Amino acid sequence: MGVCVCVCVCVCVCVCVCVLMCVCVNGCVCVCVCACVRACVRVFTRHQVLRISAKDELQLSALRDLEALDHLQLDIWIGVRDVSTPVDIRVPAFSLSTVKSHLDYYEIQYSIMIRDLQVALDEEAEEMDAATRDVEPRNTDAFDYSRYHTIEEARNQPFSTGGTSRPAIWLDTGIHSREWVTQASGTWFAKNIVDTYGKDQVLTAILDKMDIFLEIVTNPDGFAYTHSKNRMWRKTRKPNPGSSCVGVDPNRNWDAGFGGAGASSSPCSETYRGPSANSESEVKAIVDFVKSHGNMKAFVSIHAYSQMLLFPYGFTKSPARDHGELNELAKKAITNLASLYGTRYRYGSIINTIYQASGGTIDWTYDQGIKYSYTFELRDTGRYGFILPANQILPTAKETWLALMTIMDHSSRNSY
Amino acid sequence: MSPALMRVLRVVVLLSAVRGAPLATVTLPPVILEPVPLEPVPVPSEPVRVDSGADQNISIPINTEQQQQQQQVSLDVDVMLTGELNPNHYPARRAAQVVLHHLNTRYGSPYWWGALRQVHKATAEALGDSGRKYSLEVTLQDQISGTKETCTAEVVFPGGPAGGPPQVTTSYEGKSEINTQAQEEALYNQYNTSQNLLSGHNLPDSYGHVAPGMEPFWHLGGVASSFVMLKESSENTLYNMAQVVSVTQLATENNQLRFNYDVLLHEMVSQEIIHWKLLASWSPQEGVKASQMELLPKCHHCEPPQEH
Repeated sequence: MGVCVCVCVCVCVCVCVCVLMCVCVNGCVCVCVCACVRACVRVFTRHQVLRISAKDELQLSALRDLEALDHLQLDIWIGVRDVSTPVDIRVPAFSLSTVKSHLDYYEIQYSIMIRDLQVALDEEAEEMDAATRDVEPRNTDAFDYSRYHTIEEARNQPFSTGGTSRPAIWLDTGIHSREWVTQASGTWFAKNIVDTYGKDQVLTAILDKMDIFLEIVTNPDGFAYTHSKNRMWRKTRKPNPGSSCVGVDPNRNWDAGFGGAGASSSPCSETYRGPSANSESEVKAIVDFVKSHGNMKAFVSIHAYSQMLLFPYGFTKSPARDHGELNELAKKAITNLASLYGTRYRYGSIINTIYQASGGTIDWTYDQGIKYSYTFELRDTGRYGFILPANQILPTAKETWLALMTIMDHSSRNSY
Repeated sequence: MSPALMRVLRVVVLLSAVRGAPLATVTLPPVILEPVPLEPVPVPSEPVRVDSGADQNISIPINTEQQQQQQQVSLDVDVMLTGELNPNHYPARRAAQVVLHHLNTRYGSPYWWGALRQVHKATAEALGDSGRKYSLEVTLQDQISGTKETCTAEVVFPGGPAGGPPQVTTSYEGKSEINTQAQEEALYNQYNTSQNLLSGHNLPDSYGHVAPGMEPFWHLGGVASSFVMLKESSENTLYNMAQVVSVTQLATENNQLRFNYDVLLHEMVSQEIIHWKLLASWSPQEGVKASQMELLPKCHHCEPPQEH
């Protein structure tokens, strides 16, 4: 118990990165469901958000000069980096003419992404309020965990928060949008943590020492697309310049063996690595969060299907330094998983057990020093595949939780 | 407001504020990532003993020729193992999956749909120009009744540029369950004499649901798809049927019920969803046959009919 501070990183479509700071007085669990939250200060009337494309070093330099002018009170959403990355800046009303003159002088291309930010935020607030009027906002018990939900329905999940400097565990689900049992399980994990803290001895001991971060809809654009257009969509939904094909595989976009065999260089491929490591905002947000947190001790990224528990590496055959320990822990975890319904899992390194994959999440997290880096492939083994029936959500979530507890408990007892 | 931002703002999960907690927004400075140089890792000179979930430890003998190949600092690991294989690793599993596709083409029906349950033993050998041969001991399971059976099998992946489908032989002698015969006869008679030709789509649907009356046609689609998956398989693929997009019955011909199938296959290594059309014919006596198999091009802008 006690006051703790948690930083939830929220990611949205290649446009903005939002950070919310929350203070809580409960236990220290932080549940982040990927979201873009409205600003809490209502002074954005007639502010515009400009997307600026610099085409050479001279223009980049001009932009940096602009950013340095404090009196303009520019709010950089996506900062100056290189010519291929657009710059997004919120410009207060009183600075608009100055900024636009500056851009015109240097012949820098820009577009107005948001014409009046306050209007946009008010509309969004109204939408959110309308949604919360429909369903009980804070009642975890009213939510049906045994059905698949859309993002709008999942938004009414309460969360509580934890501290940043404490050792932490990261869990994510839904990085590949078609793997619906994972987002559904993630939702149940959140509920289960909230319900059993204070009652389950092992979980309480873990949370009294460590924080848990849980990102449920890690690929929200993809998830929305699986509901509206294509149930089998895997990747992000970012357009690829020069190609009619959309999206990047967010599990090939990490800076670990990036560019090597085990990912595709074609935008039309399901395993397209992207133009560069961390090009996808969904990935970059997690990378930034992990690096700035600096005290992550375990990192679990959850996928489906195949019924496997995997650890690094995917990009190379060379065994991880901690191969022995990771292997033993995996064996224990899947034994506990099987104890519930007899579900059989295989385990091992990614590259031995399933295939070579470069630019993968847990290869990166492991090389950042997060020893207990694991990937799950949940039910089933191909009969239903991605379209697992809803009546398997709860059994899957519950058995997987046993494996997660094994890993989290071990991390908690084996500090490094 | 731009559609992009509208979409952005709609992608929201409400973070309900804890009572009494003030909220503030903070912008994190952008973090510039330094590229991490990859260090070449020395290759171990003795076989690596790895326990990956097999009941006994299996050491993977790597012959010296492969060791030399592996010493190149290369991220491409298409070095084919020979000798005893770890039955839980992917090379054995991919070969075993091919066995299951083969068995489905021989023994599958609307009431028998085999799946791989476990690989017990596996070895691989190079056949020179003729390709590579896997010898396996597997347990297969009927996905409908749950009945399991163990058998041995050999899979030859042909070599050379012509390639060609894998060749499979097994010790499996046919279903031990014989009570599917009554169900098969009943289904056959129902759809042979029925005035209305059957049609259906999205089996299962997005939520994993299949109407009870449509289940045999889901299974039949899976079995018929095995004909495609068998001929498309290599050591670098692992196929499952992801979904029956549509099934349309045609008039019975030569005492065979006939169905046009439109299916989505999931190939695990590339993660691609591959669209095939095929004509499935079936009778209890003749079993399942597939013909007129046609690959449909990947459509990047198509929105397949998705009725939820």
